[in-house]
Amino acid sequence: MTRLVPTVVLAVCFTMLAALSASAQSIDETINGIFASSTGWFVNLIFSNFPGTSFPWIVGWLVVAATVFTVYFGLIQFRAFGHAIALVKGDYSDPNDAGEVSHFQALATALSGTVGLGNIAGVAVAIGIGGPGATFWMILAGLLGMASKFTECTLGVKYRNEYPNGTVSGGPMYYLTKGFAERGVGGGKFLAVMFSIFCILGALGGGNMFQANQAHAQLTNVFGEYPGWITGVIFAGIVFAVIVGGLKSIARVTEKVVPFMGIIYVGTALIIILMNYDKIGWALGQIFAGAFTGLGVAGGLVGALIQGFRRAAFSNEAGVGSAAIAHSAVRTKEPITEGFVSLLEPLIDTVIVCTMTALVIIITGQLISDPNTGLYVLNEAGTAIRTVGDTSGVALTSAAFSSSIGWFKYVLALAVILFAFSTMISWSYYGLKAWTYLFGEGKGQELTFKVIFCLFVVIGAAASLGPVIDFSDAAIFAMAVVNIIGLYVLMPIVKRELNSYWSRLKSGEIKKFS
Amino acid sequence: MSEKFVVGYDGSDVAKRALDFAVSRAQAQGGSILIVHVLEWSPYSFLTPEEIEERHARRKEELDRAEKALMAPLKATIAAAGVPVETQIKYGHVAKTLCEVAKKEGATQMVIGRDGDGGLSSRVFGSVAGSLVQVAPVPCTIVP
Repeated sequence: MTRLVPTVVLAVCFTMLAALSASAQSIDETINGIFASSTGWFVNLIFSNFPGTSFPWIVGWLVVAATVFTVYFGLIQFRAFGHAIALVKGDYSDPNDAGEVSHFQALATALSGTVGLGNIAGVAVAIGIGGPGATFWMILAGLLGMASKFTECTLGVKYRNEYPNGTVSGGPMYYLTKGFAERGVGGGKFLAVMFSIFCILGALGGGNMFQANQAHAQLTNVFGEYPGWITGVIFAGIVFAVIVGGLKSIARVTEKVVPFMGIIYVGTALIIILMNYDKIGWALGQIFAGAFTGLGVAGGLVGALIQGFRRAAFSNEAGVGSAAIAHSAVRTKEPITEGFVSLLEPLIDTVIVCTMTALVIIITGQLISDPNTGLYVLNEAGTAIRTVGDTSGVALTSAAFSSSIGWFKYVLALAVILFAFSTMISWSYYGLKAWTYLFGEGKGQELTFKVIFCLFVVIGAAASLGPVIDFSDAAIFAMAVVNIIGLYVLMPIVKRELNSYWSRLKSGEIKKFS
Repeated sequence: MSEKFVVGYDGSDVAKRALDFAVSRAQAQGGSILIVHVLEWSPYSFLTPEEIEERHARRKEELDRAEKALMAPLKATIAAAGVPVETQIKYGHVAKTLCEVAKKEGATQMVIGRDGDGGLSSRVFGSVAGSLVQVAPVPCTIVP
């Protein structure tokens, strides 16, 4: 019976929307117009520049935080790297805890929430606007972001709520309240509420609309143009079936297929890079030259830097706080171990997967440059670099991949849809956790959020890329504003945990089991 | 030295036959029985966020259910037959876990049943009995 409900709802939605199909394009336009005008103020607030510069304060906020954590924890991302791998392999897992969530599982689930369209479409946006140099700043932001992730995930586990029935809820909401109370600092509750609001917006934006939008872009790229709301309704129907109808099987299949799609994606990128091995040196040269000179891209050096940092943060979510929700359910006696494991996330997501995308786009020569000056040629509006097929976003990545391997665009389309879907499922969970934090646990509250979530899938698929991407970034960065304040206040607690654990590890008190 | 039989048990008919076999041997030779129930589990599988959240609770439920439905009734009947009996419930790869328990508990023999269905999946992935024949650390009896 419960399985019938989504099907019926889907059918009803279809009939209603099919009746309106005569004015299909105008539905897209209407949604787009309303959306752009109602979210503009929020976007402007988040992306406003430091007074007198063209540098958005939010980008500085994230990078300064990641740098502070890197220094404060003494380059933890390099120091603890080997130990993080050992933890994921299960070397330190007590065999008597078998059957509980392992470090590997927590990492894999968190990764399937972050590895997604940010890695495929987001990187293309960054390179398209900021040029190859954006890659350099993206990698740097990824490496620094490992320290932010370490901090937030340790706190996520340490201050999670464990309920009598054995379920666990964790995330910034909980460490902002409990951690602040422990340190005797006020305002924790206020920050937790702010975080929850932004987390809901982020779940609806980057975790939902951006995904639906780019999945639709990829589908039209393969099958030809058709109205966005059709993709939206189909996606919304499937998401509805999973999160409301409890069709766990779909979610489980995606969770299992997504890691393999990731491997196929990176593998194919490597093959394409090797096919063009003679250009690897040149591509790396472009990345370094672009990072410090701009090579004529929109906004120059600062433009490359902003794009790189922005897309890295959007892709790996370090400092945003979402990972703290995902990682908090792991079974461990030492919260810090989950911090170590989580620092692998930005590495895999940004330093490996995003860099692959960037290299493929650069190496296959998608960006048009002036042969005489070596500078990139901008489009008429001067907002982005001209590309071979006038593509942007996911279409640019697709064009780059299929210029070497023609049929790969079909594999990529499948990957995009699966990535989009798994990210939506993950973010529907993050959003739900924030929602129930605000409005209380309960079936009714949960259903309300889930229905809203599905509606936004349709809006996201129908709206055009510009407003969606701006709103998505803005909402996710707003989470980081609140979360990072919390991380600054609570970082001495993480330091204490780190010192205690590290000395016990060195003295041999913490032993390997295998 | 008295015999200690490790019996892999999952509640199926063949598992019951294997257990009966082990009990009769233990009675005849004066040994004890350790019944092991292994719940198939890999720490490298992929879970959804909800499954992760509920995992700890589910695990407790699974252990309770296995204890009540499988182990508790056995303990009573075997103890009544005058054979010392212990039980363990474990998570992991079935054959590997049985071997680990046998080694750790100093078992002298292992007894398991086989379903003998020989279908495609067991040809591809191997069966518990097939694996144990190859890796068992102590003599292993397979009861058809």
